[in-house]
Amino acid sequence: MTGSENLVEVRDLKVHFPIKRGVVFDKVVGHVKAVDGVDLSIPRGRTYGLVGESGCGKSTLGRALLQLTPPTGGEVRFDGVDLTRLSAGRLRSMRRRMQMIFQDPMSSLDPRQNVESILTEGLQAHGIGGSRDERRRIIGETLDAVGLPRWALSRYPHEFSGGQRQRIGIARALVLGPELIVADEPVSALDVSIQAQVVNLLDELQERLGLTYLVIAHDLAVVRHISDVVGVMYLGALVEEASGDQLYREPMHPYTRALMSAVPVPDPDVEDQRERILLSGDLPSPANPPSGCRFHTRCPWAQPTRCADERPVLRQIGGSKVACHFAERIASGELRPHRVTAEVVRPADEGDAPGVVSAPSEPGSYV
Amino acid sequence: MALLEVDDLSVTFARRGQRTVHAVDGVSFSVDAGEVVGLVGESGCGKSVTSLAIMGLLPKQPGLRVGGKAVFDGTDLLQLDDRSRRDIRGRDIAMIFQDPLSSLNPVIPIGLQVTEVLTRHRGMKGEAAAKEAAELLDRVGIPDPRRRLKEYPHQLSGGMRQRALIAMAVACRPRLLIADEPTTALDVTIQAQILELLKELVRDSGTALVMITHDLGVVAGMCDTINVLYAGRVVETARRRPLFAAPRHPYTVGLLGSIPRLDSGRGERLTPIPGSVRDLLPWPDGCAFAPRCTRRVDDCVGAPPELVLAHDDRSYRCVNPAPVPGREPDSAFAPQTGAVAAGASDAAAPAEAASREEESA
Repeated sequence: MTGSENLVEVRDLKVHFPIKRGVVFDKVVGHVKAVDGVDLSIPRGRTYGLVGESGCGKSTLGRALLQLTPPTGGEVRFDGVDLTRLSAGRLRSMRRRMQMIFQDPMSSLDPRQNVESILTEGLQAHGIGGSRDERRRIIGETLDAVGLPRWALSRYPHEFSGGQRQRIGIARALVLGPELIVADEPVSALDVSIQAQVVNLLDELQERLGLTYLVIAHDLAVVRHISDVVGVMYLGALVEEASGDQLYREPMHPYTRALMSAVPVPDPDVEDQRERILLSGDLPSPANPPSGCRFHTRCPWAQPTRCADERPVLRQIGGSKVACHFAERIASGELRPHRVTAEVVRPADEGDAPGVVSAPSEPGSYV
Repeated sequence: MALLEVDDLSVTFARRGQRTVHAVDGVSFSVDAGEVVGLVGESGCGKSVTSLAIMGLLPKQPGLRVGGKAVFDGTDLLQLDDRSRRDIRGRDIAMIFQDPLSSLNPVIPIGLQVTEVLTRHRGMKGEAAAKEAAELLDRVGIPDPRRRLKEYPHQLSGGMRQRALIAMAVACRPRLLIADEPTTALDVTIQAQILELLKELVRDSGTALVMITHDLGVVAGMCDTINVLYAGRVVETARRRPLFAAPRHPYTVGLLGSIPRLDSGRGERLTPIPGSVRDLLPWPDGCAFAPRCTRRVDDCVGAPPELVLAHDDRSYRCVNPAPVPGREPDSAFAPQTGAVAAGASDAAAPAEAASREEESA
């Protein structure tokens, strides 16, 4: 224990996937920069929420943090230890302290294992609980914690509903007594009425066990609800980081503003009155990101100077950290938004496009 | 006279050796010309099957039974033969689906797919059709439409594909557009673009829109009238503002209470609906929502709750509805089996006056 305040420190993390092409011999023709220089710290017992649209690299960041995808560069310090330099064996024993919850509980649970076997596997792998009875006790306590009945032990994943399956996924992460839990889209596969149950469960577990969370989601409302600090990602980098309230009250980065105004609120009065910032066009291809500020091609506040050729760094403005050259002048209203004409974005970009992009999305796939 | 009047629509799938599934169980709603109507519910509530039944797009298989009526402009769509149905489909009624990639033909250029509609229903050919198609693509906000016409669906991004699909749907200026989860597969910023586009189209052309979604946020910004579905039945119908200000059916209340809102703070507890969609009672045995309901009384079980007609076009299917805020709560045991009695007791409550806090009550 170093006793430092932050459980997780990420410095200049980079994950680049090679783009390969060729008939007999694969030749690397470029890189998809899924995560390209991210700094973040997560204080002990707190929740860091990561939002962004599909393809912004948020899941890759979560996986790289747990070393499930080896980072290309940068360092990840967990409780003072740099995970990127650990040997495989040491890393394995560290894994007990950091667990992951996946999006789709159906594909992340083995359909041929019953719940008891799913939960025992991790305990055995890490040598927790000397005897069978001891393991039974730990598993029983975990089931109580996530609100599953004891008879669930002998059942198989297909016998449960989506919400209960997600509870099994949470139990599997929890059974090892981790300190950090990375939850990648923990509720997006669930129905609305079930989402709330799981969100509340995550909240309760944090209160009781003092867990630290990294919650990755595309739904800004969910993230704001459970996070102390929210980071907004765009094309592999953080564009803004602030407390949930601050971010909602005063979004500084143009992308955050657009994102905020695009989230529908279930209230007709709010919906009718809010100002909408509609972004034109789509997310550019991460294989061929725009130069300078990556958002400048879609930014309604983009300026002719600096935006296209100088990449902004995350800097402290007021209570937020913002990566925008003109954040202060936009906030003061000095700069006005202008119309942006949409650029055509290819799903697989023309020219120097990726033939195969091997970004892992499924749990258990390695690059 | 409503443009589309769906009356007691039911769809059942029967299979030998298995229990008959009542996917849609007596759904009734109406759509006026130029109106935006929402069908809201969670997965398995029958909202998509309803739209497919109206369009006559359910796969013809033994065991499928469609009952009731869907009267569009005087003709019952369910009684039409395939030929006349094809004439109406695409010309008078069009549909947009959730996943644009699987609703576009991957081996045919976008242009040909758009002109196909124009040729079939408007008899346009050659250069005239191509010109019209380009104008349509331009209208839905696809940049450089002439070039896009020659491209294949995989060359467009998700948002652009959805736009192309909308272009095809509005090609013949239909009077009714059915959108089945049109933005669920898209990112929020793209969702905002598509919703804005749909709003514009509805406003400019007077097309009526049936919006099928699970997202109450989408509905709040768009729909005039909202139907909430649960287990194949409409459990509550109301105008937009009254519904969100004072939901009456406990399921609607539960749905609103379980959504994390962007404008609520960190740590505010959500009130989820207990149980899952699987815990339901078959409608003939009582209210399907009763096993998960927090306002359950003895009357809920035994017979299906009657549809209660209240003031300002609202109706709900519940014997013990949530009280309208700002009023004495109804006695939990008040006998409300008769539609008239409950309707009359509601008449005094101005739903709009309700304050925001009660929404999660």
